[in-house]
Amino acid sequence: MDAANLERLNAARRARKAVMLVTNLEHGTDRVIVEGGPVDGALSDTVAAAFRSGKSGICDIDGGRYFLNVHLPPAHIVIIGAVHISQVLAQMAALAGFDVRIIDPRTAFATPERFAGIDLTADWPVDVLKDRPLDAYTAVVAVTHDPKIDDFPIAEALRTGCFYVGALGSRKTHGSRLERLKKEGCSDGELARINGPIGLDIGASSPAEIAVAILAQIIQTLRSRDVSSPKGDKA
Amino acid sequence: MSETSFGLDPLMTAEEWMKSGRSVAIATVIETWGSAPRPAGSHLVVDGDGNFEGSVSGGCVEGAVIAEAMDVIGDGKAKMLEFGVADETAWRVGLSCGGRIRVFVERLA
Repeated sequence: MDAANLERLNAARRARKAVMLVTNLEHGTDRVIVEGGPVDGALSDTVAAAFRSGKSGICDIDGGRYFLNVHLPPAHIVIIGAVHISQVLAQMAALAGFDVRIIDPRTAFATPERFAGIDLTADWPVDVLKDRPLDAYTAVVAVTHDPKIDDFPIAEALRTGCFYVGALGSRKTHGSRLERLKKEGCSDGELARINGPIGLDIGASSPAEIAVAILAQIIQTLRSRDVSSPKGDKA
Repeated sequence: MSETSFGLDPLMTAEEWMKSGRSVAIATVIETWGSAPRPAGSHLVVDGDGNFEGSVSGGCVEGAVIAEAMDVIGDGKAKMLEFGVADETAWRVGLSCGGRIRVFVERLA
C-alpha cells in the first residue's frame, strides 16, 4: 500500500466521508476514491455500486483484477442531554466503537469535569446541528426529559433518516411528545420510528443499566437495518 | 471528534507506526467463501518485530499471516495467501469453521 494513500484514506475516514481504496492485485498499486470524486470510465459503475452497498470485494475490469475496499463512516451517536445516563453511555459507546458527542444547552449539566474526554457542546441543538448535521450513519438519543431541548433534534433525526432515534420518558410522556411532534409536521410513519420508552426492555433501573439497554438497542437497530436502498438520500 | 473509535483501528495503527519509523505490512482479507469469520476488507497490520493489530480470522490463521507479513517486510514482495479446511495447508493452520479466505499481504511503502 502506498503510504500517501494510507494517509489520504485515514484523513477521509476521520472526516466521516465514504471512501475506498482500489488495489490492483496484479501490480499491487492502489489509489483512493472519495465518494463523489472523479472516477474514470470502466470502474465508475462498480465503484458507485460498492459505495451504495458498503461491501468490499474483487472485480475484474478491462483484463485487470482489482480489490475495492469500501469504508463507510462509523456509526455516530449524538446524545441530547448531559445527564447521568449520558456519562456512562458515552464511555460505553466509545468502547463499542461509536463516535459519540453530547449536546446540552444547560451549562450546569454540560461541564468538562463530568465528561472528561467526551465531545461535549453546551449549546442549543438547533444551533449545534447546523454546523454538524445529522446523517443516516447517526443515532440520536434524547434524554433531557425537556421538550424545549429534546423535540427539535428528534424531529431533525426523523427528517434526516438517522438509523436510530430514541427518547427517554414514560409511556405518558412519550404520548404527549408524539402529539407535539405531529403538530410540527412529523408523519405517523416517522413517529413510529422513535424508540420510546428508550432502550431494550431488560428491566434496567440504574443509569448505567439504562445506558446498557440503550446501547444494546442502538446496536440491534444498526445490525438489522435495511441496506437495500442507498443511505443518506433523505438528508 | 472522539478518537476512541479509531483506537483499535488497524489502518490508523499502521499510519501511526509508519510515522514513528517502523516498517509495516498490511494484510487484507480480499475474498471469502462459506462461513469465513471476518469479512472481505478486514485488516491485520504487522510491524518488523511481529507486533500486530487487527484480524483476518477469528484467531485461526493470524500466526501464519504474521510470519508471512514479516517476510513481506523483508523482501518487499506482496503475497497472496489462501486458508481453508479444504486445501493442503489444512493440517498446519486452517479455519475450523469450514470457510475459506484469501488474504493479500503487502508492504506499506
